[in-house]
Amino acid sequence: MQTIVDVQHVSLVIQHRAILQDINFTIKRGEIVTVIGPNGAGKTALLKVILGLYKPTLGKVISVPNLRIGYMPQVLVVESLMPLDVQRFLLLSPRANVAKCIELAKLLNFTHIMQSPIQTVSGGELQRVLLARALLNDPDLLVLDEPAHGIDINGQAALYKLILQMRSKLNCAILMVSHDLHLVIAGTDQVICLNKHICCSGSPAAVTQNPEFIHLFGTKIASELALYTHHHDHTHDS
Amino acid sequence: MDWLLNLDFTTRALMAGLGIAILAGPLGSLMIWRRMAYFGDTLAHSTLLGISLALLMHLNIYFGLVTISLIIAGILAALSKQKWLASDAILGILSHTTLAVGLVAATAIQGVRVDLLSYLYGDILAVNLEDLIYIGCVMIIVAAVLWRLWRWLLAATIHNDLAQVEGVPVNVANWAFIILLALVFAVAIKLVGVLLITALLIIPASAARRFARTPELMIGIASLFGCVAVVLGFWASMQWDWPTGPAIVVAAAGLFGFSLLMSKMHAA
Repeated sequence: MQTIVDVQHVSLVIQHRAILQDINFTIKRGEIVTVIGPNGAGKTALLKVILGLYKPTLGKVISVPNLRIGYMPQVLVVESLMPLDVQRFLLLSPRANVAKCIELAKLLNFTHIMQSPIQTVSGGELQRVLLARALLNDPDLLVLDEPAHGIDINGQAALYKLILQMRSKLNCAILMVSHDLHLVIAGTDQVICLNKHICCSGSPAAVTQNPEFIHLFGTKIASELALYTHHHDHTHDS
Repeated sequence: MDWLLNLDFTTRALMAGLGIAILAGPLGSLMIWRRMAYFGDTLAHSTLLGISLALLMHLNIYFGLVTISLIIAGILAALSKQKWLASDAILGILSHTTLAVGLVAATAIQGVRVDLLSYLYGDILAVNLEDLIYIGCVMIIVAAVLWRLWRWLLAATIHNDLAQVEGVPVNVANWAFIILLALVFAVAIKLVGVLLITALLIIPASAARRFARTPELMIGIASLFGCVAVVLGFWASMQWDWPTGPAIVVAAAGLFGFSLLMSKMHAA
């Protein structure tokens, strides 16, 4: 499979503080890469380096020419003094048109809020709107920063299911930061366990048995997650 | 162009006021959407320093105003990258430092009688033909730039990082906004003065919010409210001999109170 993003020896220092240390990994076309790690591990910073928003202090990120990225930020706070409905928010994407927006709203099931002010939609709806905005860019790579941020547990499972559906529909790679290990780990091709440096990485089954992982997350979580990965060794159609 | 030369001073002043009010609609709206009201205040305060330096060095006042505004904006942009001081603290320091230095410089200028009060509170009746021409030029520049960059400005206002990833040149949009703001301040200082100029941008835009469903409608209504405030302020200053700049701001605040009342009645 073609490598679309190659992260080589990336270190990031901000205000004399080491945020990332010697990060190396690749993202292949169509692959799902999940970044996990404790708070302050540099997960969002890593995404921002790959998005080109932060310039790495050392090392580089090489991506294939004309790589199109869809980005779903962790939070969106629109000033309440700004009159903006959901459809207009989507149309701000440079590649958007009304037909595309309506199609995505149908797919992601939020047609009923298209004319609502964006400040009034619920957490779960807003995440779907943000996902739609990311998809409007016709991405080769979807970058999701805690996509299920602020949603209840049922909503989280539904959202991840939706993300996986979109992935198979568009055949794009996904790089995501997630705390919801039990929900994402089964669908993931590569897990990167980050704590400023990469503690361990590889397939979910391998990572959950890695001593570094167990050290970082504790025996209980590790064994629970190992269970999840084993449960999902077979696939459920439908 | 003879008619321009023959305008009496009240007509000139009213034309200048309406021009500034129209400019204040879009820029004031962008300012509150971007939560940059305090930044605008800082920029406005720094313009007094611009006036003093321009007088000191015998430069064109407008040139001095715009240059100092841009230097201050550059310093703010550079300082906001560091984390050891909160950005509202930086704004507070710069805002009042530039105001204080401007006041000191204005009184230190020898041989030039600087009417400080007229710069602090505005002196709209002193508007001359040259000022009108500058206001006209700034209106054309602002209209052209907003026309070209509107979509980028909106995208960068809502989520800067997201817009940048989508390929929007956010730096161009953000700096264009600051330059436009500096230009508008430069021509508006004479009207309402250093201390009240941000009010003329923010208050009509805030009053317009509840009457608008789209960003474009909001800037239109904000400009309209600004014009109403200018006319009312003028009338009040003629009627009761109020200072014109503050009278305009009081009228704008009245409109804002009215819009609050309207929304309360809607809610009830």
